[in-house]
Amino acid sequence: MSHTEPDTTDTKKPTSQSRRRFLSDMAKTACSVSLVGLAIGVHSKSANSLPAAAIRPPGALPEKEFLSACTRCGICVQDCPWDILKLAAPGDDVALGTPYFTARDAPCEMCEDIPCIPNCPTGALNHALTDINEARMGLAVLIDQETCIAFHGLRCEICFNVCPIRGEAISLDYRHDERSGKHAKFIPIVHSDACTGCGLCERACIMEEASIRVLPIKLAKGQLGQHYRLGWEQKEGAGGSLVTPDVPHQYNLPEGVRYDLQGEGLIMEENEKNSPFSSNPLDTLNQGFLKGGDK
Amino acid sequence: MSKLGAKSIQRRGWWLAHRWLALRRFSQLSILLLFLLGPWAGIHLIKGNLSSSLLFDTIPMTDPMLFLQMLAAGFWGVTGAAITGATIILVFYMLVGGRVFCSWVCPVNLVTDFAFWLRRKLDFKGGLVFPRATRYWLLGMVMLVAAVTGTLAYELINPVSLLHRGLFFGMGAGWILIIGLLMFDLAVSKRGWCSHLCPMGAFYALVSPFSLIRVHADTRSACDDCGECFVVCPEPQILPPVLKGENNGIPPIVLDGTCTNCGRCIDICHVGIFEFGLRSRKILSDETAKPHHPVNQSPI
Repeated sequence: MSHTEPDTTDTKKPTSQSRRRFLSDMAKTACSVSLVGLAIGVHSKSANSLPAAAIRPPGALPEKEFLSACTRCGICVQDCPWDILKLAAPGDDVALGTPYFTARDAPCEMCEDIPCIPNCPTGALNHALTDINEARMGLAVLIDQETCIAFHGLRCEICFNVCPIRGEAISLDYRHDERSGKHAKFIPIVHSDACTGCGLCERACIMEEASIRVLPIKLAKGQLGQHYRLGWEQKEGAGGSLVTPDVPHQYNLPEGVRYDLQGEGLIMEENEKNSPFSSNPLDTLNQGFLKGGDK
Repeated sequence: MSKLGAKSIQRRGWWLAHRWLALRRFSQLSILLLFLLGPWAGIHLIKGNLSSSLLFDTIPMTDPMLFLQMLAAGFWGVTGAAITGATIILVFYMLVGGRVFCSWVCPVNLVTDFAFWLRRKLDFKGGLVFPRATRYWLLGMVMLVAAVTGTLAYELINPVSLLHRGLFFGMGAGWILIIGLLMFDLAVSKRGWCSHLCPMGAFYALVSPFSLIRVHADTRSACDDCGECFVVCPEPQILPPVLKGENNGIPPIVLDGTCTNCGRCIDICHVGIFEFGLRSRKILSDETAKPHHPVNQSPI
């Protein structure tokens, strides 16, 4: 470390002894100060880490940039009409003085005018964010499918219902309930292209410990390798296979019948009258049931 | 030896012997109160804290040292009022004297002044003595650490912003640091923090060279060497040249940037040597009827 500070040499011509004394004093100060700087630097490594449960206000710059831009003034905290934001105090495990909220206790209510942003003096909360639905504070993740009662086939859907952009950020997927054999499970599915990470679902979750939680996007999202391409997307984009041309699969089917999955399975050619099969292939399959099978 | 300040009280009355101290405490407390009106009474005249604030929802203010740290940390894309805010604060302190922040605004001054008072009451002597230049080194270190870590690393421990912010947004375990600071000033190093180490004080000392308000000692020849100003001054090293420099051609004005314009010397001097004035002209007089010496030429 090097320092370029104004030195405080007096104007009198120094004797060699006083010069040596002065230089050694300065070296001592430099060393001690460097030590303090080192300690602060090391401390900042751990003190600047953000626990997953602490969520930044809407529009917050990426964390690293945020930590260089946020003045820790708390104007966003005072401007929040719902009083959800806190400035980290010593002892909280969030970078000292920076704003955050905890979704389980008090989630972002997604005000349309985003009052926490405009008075931010530095743009640590990005002034360009004017549509709260564009905010990406984090991402809701249905993190525990073992406990979520929807996976037990029980009706809950509260996360789906409280979502401020209902139906977009969380949708319900109907799945067969194999336990009862005759019911559907209403499975909440989070869509990262719409979820703002407000945390209303996490607060609303009826579990003692929330099964759906807002996590930092980096923690919540996987990412495909940069080099990886999905063949069918490439094929569609290019209008045809980019590698070996498609060879039509050969099925050993009776004459007048062909198989095409996209065309929904077995297809009878129109002009074939003397087919051994009914025109609806399912008839053949259903025969077992019609004959009074005991299932 | 009589009680410190007794002679001044006896000769000039309680008010003149405590005037600047009282006004200073009033300033410090009313600034705290102004900020507290928001969280306590819901009256938001000012929002934020000393790091950055917004007065009457229009006038932005930002700590210029914090702003510099931000630049050092590599954040150049300010899209808010911080540039205006930092300029306003910088110009203000350049005019009134940078370290006016330290003695009239900063909440830590209440803590360290209390430590100093207690230190005298308990008759604690000695302890560590840091070179006063340490604070400039620390200031450089603060900027360097910001640059290296790319974050406002010093703000993780800065007791000044920690205390002011904590009072309105929750102190948490911050009291430990503040009590530690009190103990440090009380038992480890006399006036250790504010007068030797605090990088904010160093920053504000550096913006002082043009300040208009300065302490004058025009009647310095009347000094009877009681030494009380030297005891109360937070930066006593700046007084002897001003008081005794007549033969060396040193003007009777405290021009040193480390002077906090606290005015304690004005209060304590029973002869009434010190008074606030402009750089070149007196504006406030202790004893208004007193005949003035010819106006001294200041370097600027």
